[in-house]
This record gives sequence, C-alpha cells and structure tokens, in this order.
Amino acid sequence: MKFAKKSNVKSGIPTASMPDIVFMLLIFFMVSTVFKESSGLPLILPDARKIEKLPGKRNVAVIWADRSGNVSIDDRLVEVTNIRHIIYPKVADPLQPLKLVSLKIDQQVEMERVTAIQEELRSVGGAALNVNYSTRTAAD
Amino acid sequence: MALKEKERKESVEPPTSSLADIAFLLLIFFLVTTTVDTDKGLSLSLPEKGQVTEVRKKNIANLLINANGQVMLNEEPIDIQMVRDRARFMLQENPLVIFSVKTDQKTKYDVYIDVIDQLKQANATRISIAEPEF
Repeated sequence: MKFAKKSNVKSGIPTASMPDIVFMLLIFFMVSTVFKESSGLPLILPDARKIEKLPGKRNVAVIWADRSGNVSIDDRLVEVTNIRHIIYPKVADPLQPLKLVSLKIDQQVEMERVTAIQEELRSVGGAALNVNYSTRTAAD
Repeated sequence: MALKEKERKESVEPPTSSLADIAFLLLIFFLVTTTVDTDKGLSLSLPEKGQVTEVRKKNIANLLINANGQVMLNEEPIDIQMVRDRARFMLQENPLVIFSVKTDQKTKYDVYIDVIDQLKQANATRISIAEPEF
C-alpha cells in the first residue's frame, strides 16, 4: 500500500522559466537582426556555380554598378575615378579596417567599366585587393 | 469596515501573466524580420599595382574573351561550358598553370563571370586578370 504514494508525484513541466527563455531568444534576435542599411542600385547579378559565402557583412565595402553606368558606394552615386578616395579611408581605418570589397555588378555591364573599378581598387592596394564578385546561385 | 479591509488586500503589482505573450509576439516579429541572407559570390585577389611577376610561357594559359562572348583558350576557340573540363585537364598535366583572363572592353560582365566560374569549378587557384591593353 505504501507504493501508492509515488503516483502522487506531479509530472507537469515547469513553465515558470518560459518567459526567461523567450526573452533570451528575443534578445538574441534583436541583437543579430540587421535591418537593410543600403538598398543599392537595381540590378541583376550574374549566375555562378562555384560560389563562396562571404564571412560577414561587417568591414565589407559594397560597390554597386548598374547597366546604365551608375556606380554607388554607401548609398551615394560616385564617379568611378573617386572610388579610391572613398575606399582608402576604409582600408586605413584603425578601428574597423576593411577586409573585403564586394562588387555587385549588373550582368550587362561592360568589362571596360569593371576594369576601371578594379584599377581603382588596385591603386588603393592592401585589403581593397580582396574582391568578391557578387553572384546569384545558378540553377542547374 | 469589512469593505475597507478588502481594498487594502488587493495587490498593486502589474499583471505578469501576459508577459510571456508579449515576449513571444516580439520574438516572432524579430524572427520574421531577420534576414539571414549572406552575400555570396566568387572571391578573387587582384594583383597589386606595379607588381610584375615573370612567368614561364608554358605555365600560362591564355583565355581571351571577345565582345561577343566568344572564348579562346590558347589560340583555339572553345565553348564556355568546355572551359572547365579543359582547365581541369591542363591542371592535371601541369599544376603550375596560370590562367590569364583577358577581356575586350565591350565584353559583358556575365560572360567574364561565367569564365571565372568555370575556372573555379576546375579548382584553378591561379587566376590572373590580365592588365587591359587599351
């Protein structure tokens, strides 16, 4: 008869700490959420298969070039010949040095312009030489 | 007297039973708005300015792309889709081979990316972007 006592043990899941868990998740998502900062230019990226993921969005400069000849960095339209003056301070920044330049170039842009942008980056040198041609994933 | 006592006993703390609901609501909002789309693409290192490295001719594979998107590999016209297999074969024969990609001014960017992609698919690590000659 003494065994009957055991069945009286409550078997419910404790829910008292649920708000804490939820808040922790909430804080994680609040911190990790990055709202889109720059919208860039409207363009269609080329397709590629052997693609690599970018390590992160921090310390990455994005250069946009669309098919009508506009070039934009940080939401501002720039002349191609001024790219070096914008990229250089980013590379030389002692706190957050630039690691990579992401090139978002429309698939219809002519190489003349791409080369001009690359020549600008080459004249800066250092980390600006690490480029990433932004592409879409090609469907097989 | 009985009425007064009742009022005093009423708790003055804010109700916390809906706290979890509010937190869940916020959580769902952030879950939905978080975009985890990482940028992806083809990485490449540009050559430093003024940096000239002498390379033996037999270690160089010239890839020329003209304005119409036609590709030539070592003086032979080649289909873009064939560049990968050809490059893989060349790398097997000579792992030191450097692919020098040269484009016309009017070459479209997507053809260039196609070629770079083909080389990357062949696991070519030594890709050189030839200095433009115009």
